[in-house]
Amino acid sequence: MNTSRRGKFYASLATLGAAALVLTSCGGGPGAPETTAASSESGAAEGKAEVTVYGTIADTEAELLEKSWADWSKENNIKISYEASKEFETQIAVRAQGGNAPDLAIFPQPGLLGDLATRGFLKPASDGVKANVESGWSEDWAAYGTVDGTLYGAPLMASVKGWVWYSPAEFKDKGYEVPDTWQGLLDLTAQIEKDKGAPPWCAGFGSGDATGWPGTDWIEDLVLRQSGKDVYDKWVSNDVKFTDPQIASAFDEVGKILKNPKYVNAGYGDVASINATAFGDVADVLVSGKCSLHHQASFFSGFIADAGGTVGPDADIWGFVTPSMEAGGNSVTGGGEIVGAFNDDPSVIKVQEYLSSADWANSRVKLGGVLSANKGLDPANASDPLLKEAVTILQDPATTFRFDASDLMPGSVGAGSFWKGMVDWINGSDTDTVLKAIESGWPSS
Amino acid sequence: MSTLTTIQPGAKIPKDQQRAPRRKTASLAKTRLTNRWATLAALVIAALWTIPTIGLLVSSFRPAQQVRTTGWWTIFENWGFTTDNYTAVLQAGNTQLTMAGSFINSIAITLPATVIPLVMATMAAYAFAWMRFPGRDLVFVLVFALQIVPIQMALVPLLRLFAAGELFGVPVIGAFGSAGYAQVWIAHTIFALPLAIFLLHNFIAEIPNEIIEAARVDGASHGQIFFRIVLPLTAPAIAAFSIFQFLWVWNDLLVALIFADGAVAPITKLLAEITGSRGQDWHLLTAGAFVAMIVPLAVFFALQRYFVRGLMAGSAKG
Repeated sequence: MNTSRRGKFYASLATLGAAALVLTSCGGGPGAPETTAASSESGAAEGKAEVTVYGTIADTEAELLEKSWADWSKENNIKISYEASKEFETQIAVRAQGGNAPDLAIFPQPGLLGDLATRGFLKPASDGVKANVESGWSEDWAAYGTVDGTLYGAPLMASVKGWVWYSPAEFKDKGYEVPDTWQGLLDLTAQIEKDKGAPPWCAGFGSGDATGWPGTDWIEDLVLRQSGKDVYDKWVSNDVKFTDPQIASAFDEVGKILKNPKYVNAGYGDVASINATAFGDVADVLVSGKCSLHHQASFFSGFIADAGGTVGPDADIWGFVTPSMEAGGNSVTGGGEIVGAFNDDPSVIKVQEYLSSADWANSRVKLGGVLSANKGLDPANASDPLLKEAVTILQDPATTFRFDASDLMPGSVGAGSFWKGMVDWINGSDTDTVLKAIESGWPSS
Repeated sequence: MSTLTTIQPGAKIPKDQQRAPRRKTASLAKTRLTNRWATLAALVIAALWTIPTIGLLVSSFRPAQQVRTTGWWTIFENWGFTTDNYTAVLQAGNTQLTMAGSFINSIAITLPATVIPLVMATMAAYAFAWMRFPGRDLVFVLVFALQIVPIQMALVPLLRLFAAGELFGVPVIGAFGSAGYAQVWIAHTIFALPLAIFLLHNFIAEIPNEIIEAARVDGASHGQIFFRIVLPLTAPAIAAFSIFQFLWVWNDLLVALIFADGAVAPITKLLAEITGSRGQDWHLLTAGAFVAMIVPLAVFFALQRYFVRGLMAGSAKG
């Protein structure tokens, strides 16, 4: 009858399942990359034939990254396979603990590198990498790859934060000058507000579960410019607390712009709309001219291009670095990546050395969109005028460079209470309450 | 029985209803549910429920510029459609994997990860329900209790087992490579088994004792009882659970992030990356959602009957 035929069907289903089980027990299964097989055959270098790299850089930028090392990889007969993950920060710790770490990881936060290094997962940098770091990077930069006196990784790319984006045409028409002091910027803001009768600044803090981070950039810029690099460093290590008057005064200065309903939020609405606006969307109102001033890192030039604007001193949009308190200040904040190795295989070391060299920096910067703080980088390779300017700032020995503080702080603050605090602050909480809340996110140890 | 008392003695009762009280309950439910107001309420709920999906669909066809500046509900004021988002999503990928490849990977991960736990769970559920062995109840309670263990707790030890072949520092199995489908299959199987065994056990235990006993009297072995009687009778439950498991594995990102590296990554992992390093391409998410949704939708519509039957069969006893 019907049932018996069905019985046969289920029987065969069961056999299929059993067969699948047998398959699983016999190893990698289909689709497994032939890492183990290939490791023995490469004759020239003794190392493995394939080096895995793991990082946060995704999509278009990942393609450029792969393109940047393609030639070298072919010449040296080492296959570099790159994998990106948006959940890198948690994934890398899980993979390291699970014994499934990649060969190289590109850390966007030096704090995370330090964490994995102190837990013994990372291998100290080889002599070649050390030499490259000494010749290629400033001490400020080298310090971000160093944990307890040992160098673990070399910086990769860099970005300069704290650009103020504006329209050169508008400035020319109205006779505005690019300010060289913070007070000058505030005066300019008041002037534009008066002439325009509308808010001059636009801002967007929205970024999914990371909402609030653009606000931390504002605060970091002001802390560094107002109180100097020593306070900044102490702030990062929590020797200067968030509740300290010096930090509060940075919030007050930023508040003069961001919490003034007359100055924000051009094209969107009131102060509270800052939180609801995605940070990248602001490019549209900036290009359309509804918004006159916007504060964001150098990568924003890509968003402006997406929104249909061009970036240049005489083009639609151009930028100046947030001015210091006094004229002639030269402190900038920025970000970057550090490459750490989980493996001391000769091929892995070779790739790490190549990534820390000026050759790689030139190869990648030539492809556009990013820059590197490597001293061997030829500024002529930078793809647009803004990046050229950023390279000159980074390579200027007089520049004080400080890494984005929220990336240096422990995750519970730098990627937690600090972000949340910025959102609450914009929503109307007073500065003292917000600072206490941020400080309480610091892990007790 | 309460349904019987509601019927007036003088009322006309159709003959088939008199014969089978169960069918009468069903028809009563049918008349109640086909009530005009009930229909209206159902329509309103359905419309409300569909609005977000329609919004997604409309958004997925809008140009990036418009998605960023205006909401989909202003589509009549800001008219404009494009298939660019779908083109961009279908072209997404990295040097190790294209969108098409990840689609195949998703299928290659989902099918075995549905079949393996089902096969094991049906047999285990039969054993727990109809075989007598010492400690049966204790083991069953333990399996049931395993549901309480959060999946996140098991991730790192399991990864270490695969990568190094060690469990708590003791070598257990030969370590197999860092990548490949096998570890995703095994991980999904492990995480699915407790619930699968529990659900199927409840269902299989409900098979009337007489049927099993009759088979035993006729000299059927456990294997024969399992294949000839239990499997056909539990088909609805198996189908329902397989849909559940299929959808859960297809939509899974957590397990894939940890156990499916590089070339074997499923579509969910690729979709998580299409927004770019800084999330600047978030307008692609709507199109990506629809691309990934195709298979679960097809599965659901194809097996919908079993789904409903499976749920009903579990609830209506005797």
